[in-house]
Amino acid sequence: MSNNLNFHFNVDGENFSSAGEASVVVKKKLRQLGFPPDIIRRVSIAMYEGEINMVIHANGGDADVTVDDDYITIVLKDTGPGIPDVSLAMQEGYSTARESIRALGFGAGMGLPNMKKYTDSMEIDTTVGVGTTITMKIALNK
Amino acid sequence: MKDYKHSVSLDVSKCKGCTTCLKRCPTEAIRIRDGRAVISSARCIDCGECIKVCPYKAKKATHDPLSCINDYKYTVALPAPSLYGQFDNMDNIGYIIQGLRDMGFDDVFEVACAAELVSAYTRLYIKRTNIPKPVISSACPAITRLISMNYPMLCENIMPILPPVDIAAHLAREKAKKEHPELTDEDIGIIFISPCPAKVSYVKNDFAGERNYIDATISVRDVYFELIDKMKRRQDDEPLDSTESGMVGIGWASTGGESTAIFNERYLAASGIENCIRVLDQIDNEDITSLDFVELNACSGGCVGGAMTVANPYIAQARLQILKRYLPVSPNRPVSEYIPDEFYNENEVEYNPYNLLSEDRQTALRMMADIESITEGLPKLDCGSCGAPTCMAFAEDIVKGETSADECTVIMRMLFHEYLEQHKEKDKEQEVLRKISAIKEGKTQKPADE
Repeated sequence: MSNNLNFHFNVDGENFSSAGEASVVVKKKLRQLGFPPDIIRRVSIAMYEGEINMVIHANGGDADVTVDDDYITIVLKDTGPGIPDVSLAMQEGYSTARESIRALGFGAGMGLPNMKKYTDSMEIDTTVGVGTTITMKIALNK
Repeated sequence: MKDYKHSVSLDVSKCKGCTTCLKRCPTEAIRIRDGRAVISSARCIDCGECIKVCPYKAKKATHDPLSCINDYKYTVALPAPSLYGQFDNMDNIGYIIQGLRDMGFDDVFEVACAAELVSAYTRLYIKRTNIPKPVISSACPAITRLISMNYPMLCENIMPILPPVDIAAHLAREKAKKEHPELTDEDIGIIFISPCPAKVSYVKNDFAGERNYIDATISVRDVYFELIDKMKRRQDDEPLDSTESGMVGIGWASTGGESTAIFNERYLAASGIENCIRVLDQIDNEDITSLDFVELNACSGGCVGGAMTVANPYIAQARLQILKRYLPVSPNRPVSEYIPDEFYNENEVEYNPYNLLSEDRQTALRMMADIESITEGLPKLDCGSCGAPTCMAFAEDIVKGETSADECTVIMRMLFHEYLEQHKEKDKEQEVLRKISAIKEGKTQKPADE
């Protein structure tokens, strides 16, 4: 394919109620492109969890979804506080979410583990005080 | 999927081509073409939202006429429980049942009674461990169709047991045959009194497959006016009939009624199509867990909010609360814990990717790239003047070849202003040239000295 398809989203950190909307848009587009339901679900869940994380911890950021011949790649980039201990953050149930967020049913400490679980590869590039970029790939031809 | 027969139609003479329905359609199924609304058969879920919002009453629900009662030797009315909430100052459902007989029905089988059986079967079904949770109610056909189009992974969560109306039709037919062995199947007309067009489509498209026992569907609205008249004549007497349903069955008419009847707290009940879509999105993302049962009603307030009803849904609900006050909880119970085979839907809900751009992935990707770049150049006002509900939908229509880019009135207006500006410049130039040549020819006096 000559052109990779790229979808860009600005994830609004000010408005918690709109969190998760980019993943709904991506889901619709992937359906229009005819991807199989399980691929769509994996992209959608990984993206959703990432989007929620960006809103809860990093005051929003940018989400880019790229479709090429072999992969759907999701890049989530924020300029938030960064993750001091990635291996700790990757543990299921580990959470630093505030009580007010937990009261809404979020912050169960499953965000990052789920993102890893639903994608074929996940890279976390984070610097405390600078921000976090997470790159997830889902293989299309397995 | 075979061609889908719809129950929402347009009265062309009344449609003004305004954008009201366009903007409210939850599946973006409507376009304005040549000054009037066109409904896409592939996208419409028959929710009836456009009927409710049309300011010119141009959108209609199509259903069978009341006169279909005369087409059969023996007719059984299946009143939806929402019918009971339509009447003011009504304190006994028996009057309605009596009224239906007075209208000419030979018998009445309340859908509410079958709803109590479905509630009992639902309680049994959700206890199973080998089923996908949460179980999603199969009662609202608009929701089932929406799931089949947009939520492939949730198709198997839909409860496989038939909705109450089908079970009522099945039992009503059996009862008629038992009481009147002289009747053939063709002699018996099982006629459903429906609050909404989605149910009409459900019947027309044989979603219950071989187990569709309903012969005709008429509207709560048509029956309402006929019934008012019949009931008035008997208002001084105690009704000869009485309801056989209880609180549970009648509760199905409004949102939450079906859910509370599962007798456990792990349920979610939502109504209104936009709310239902949000809930489905979150279930699809595995974001709502530990639920056993999800009840979704496309209409606000539940079935009482259907497009073929008369009363406001919340007023109807208040009336139902009073009507069911002294009724037993659930007098209709299955004979055993075994769910009969004939109460299962033979047809599984299948994913139907209605908005696929192309079967060929490369073509689809190219089209999507075009859609993205066209959308980029559009004003993003989502004004609807082009005939599509959003700029994005307009871009899709252009790429699919269904419309042309010059339908965007915002861009056209911009171009028109540019054109006018250019002409103003030209006019000025020509005015100057005219003056110069006039001076040259000495026809005009030179401007006076200051």
